[in-house]
Amino acid sequence: MKQKLDRVAIAMRVTREFKDGDVVNLGVGMPTLCSSYLPQDRKVWLHAENGVLGYGPFADEGHQDPDLINASGQFVSPSPGISFFSSADAFNMIRGGHVDISVLGGFQVSEKGDLANWILPGRGSGNIGGAMELVTGAKKVIIAMEHTTKAGEPKLVAECAYPLTGKGCVDLIVTDLGVVEITEQGFLLLEIVHGFTPEEVQSVTGAPLAVSPDLREMEF
Amino acid sequence: MTTKAPKAPKGRSPGDKVYVTFAEAVADIPDGASILIGHFGGPGGMPMHLIRALRDHGSRDLTIIGNTAGIGVVFGAKREAVRIDPGILVANGQVSRVIASYPIAPGAPQPNPLEEGVKSGAIQLETNPQGILAERIRAGGAGIPAFWSPVGIGTVVEEGKEKRVIDGVEYILERAIRADFALVRAYKADKTGNLVYRGNTRHLNVSMATAAEVTIAEVDEIVEPGDLDPDRIVTPGIYVNRIVQRPKEMRGK
Repeated sequence: MKQKLDRVAIAMRVTREFKDGDVVNLGVGMPTLCSSYLPQDRKVWLHAENGVLGYGPFADEGHQDPDLINASGQFVSPSPGISFFSSADAFNMIRGGHVDISVLGGFQVSEKGDLANWILPGRGSGNIGGAMELVTGAKKVIIAMEHTTKAGEPKLVAECAYPLTGKGCVDLIVTDLGVVEITEQGFLLLEIVHGFTPEEVQSVTGAPLAVSPDLREMEF
Repeated sequence: MTTKAPKAPKGRSPGDKVYVTFAEAVADIPDGASILIGHFGGPGGMPMHLIRALRDHGSRDLTIIGNTAGIGVVFGAKREAVRIDPGILVANGQVSRVIASYPIAPGAPQPNPLEEGVKSGAIQLETNPQGILAERIRAGGAGIPAFWSPVGIGTVVEEGKEKRVIDGVEYILERAIRADFALVRAYKADKTGNLVYRGNTRHLNVSMATAAEVTIAEVDEIVEPGDLDPDRIVTPGIYVNRIVQRPKEMRGK
């Protein structure tokens, strides 16, 4: 039986990209789930725009402190080596190239690596938050999202229809169907969920999807 | 925006920064004022009592500047279940202009008074990248009128702004922000206005404290000069004009 990944499995797959010592910023929504599934054999420094570096997993009830939250407003726990600073400093770290990986959600990603994730579809308004700095300053940008909208429309597209968060900024997309890299030639399928074929993934992708000669089954 | 040094309100000596009530601390905020309001994505680091006092004071035609225009934080949930955040000023019809990064918060009440106001033309909304907002405020407090930023190239952020190529990279000119008042939240103050913070609540408070003609800080506790470890002071007292202590039962909330 074949089954698309759930949000937790997508987040777990994303954490496999984190290397020892990486400074990682997790965006609103699915990306924040990554903080609960960090690799145990590596030290990853979680960074947030509200001025914290080195926080840990979500805080359990009874240990929740309103003065220690991530940028999505969720209670998190302290971890050895944690430090606090202002938002101005937090963004100096981002723009200054001190953040290794930014994990963000997305409404659409184009085959050129353009990202649209701030104007809420159907609402005409939205939230920029820290995403524009992150896609400008982080060394690697990973998008964690479902492969299609709830209505089944592709979210990997030839051109973004929504206002952009950044141009040519995305490196890797992790979805409920596979892992797609942005290359000079466009989308490249690196990994695929057990039971699905590349043709099936292509059929819900809005632009040509090349298949890696080393295509692997997705693990998380 | 004013450039004059702030005057002490009538009946107060200029050096006395301690205010007893939140109402007294915001009593001279006039119609048309621009106000920086410290907060991020939750109750931590948000001057909730000052915001509520400003709502009760009722000044109108305000420009509010901060991360959001309301996040739907429930304040004193068990006792009164009231949402206290900048959104109550918007809902009360006191705001004509918003500069924010995350204005349409998921927790905001529906229909959202901000979106309604923008649709009707009653509210002018400017949405900034969060770090640009932080840096514009920091620059405002630091006497830097504008700066070149790499953020938002190829997006709506660059629309109508000057651009320049420096060492082969394209940059956007971003203008500093200063305001008439700043409402900030810190953990403790001494009577000279020195501030220390708790956890990651410094966020926009630190820059905002430097970028207003009158900075008003809401704190858990006011102590004597010398009682705060100088190594721990983040905001030196010269930036802070007024300090108000929370009632005992509302500390650390």
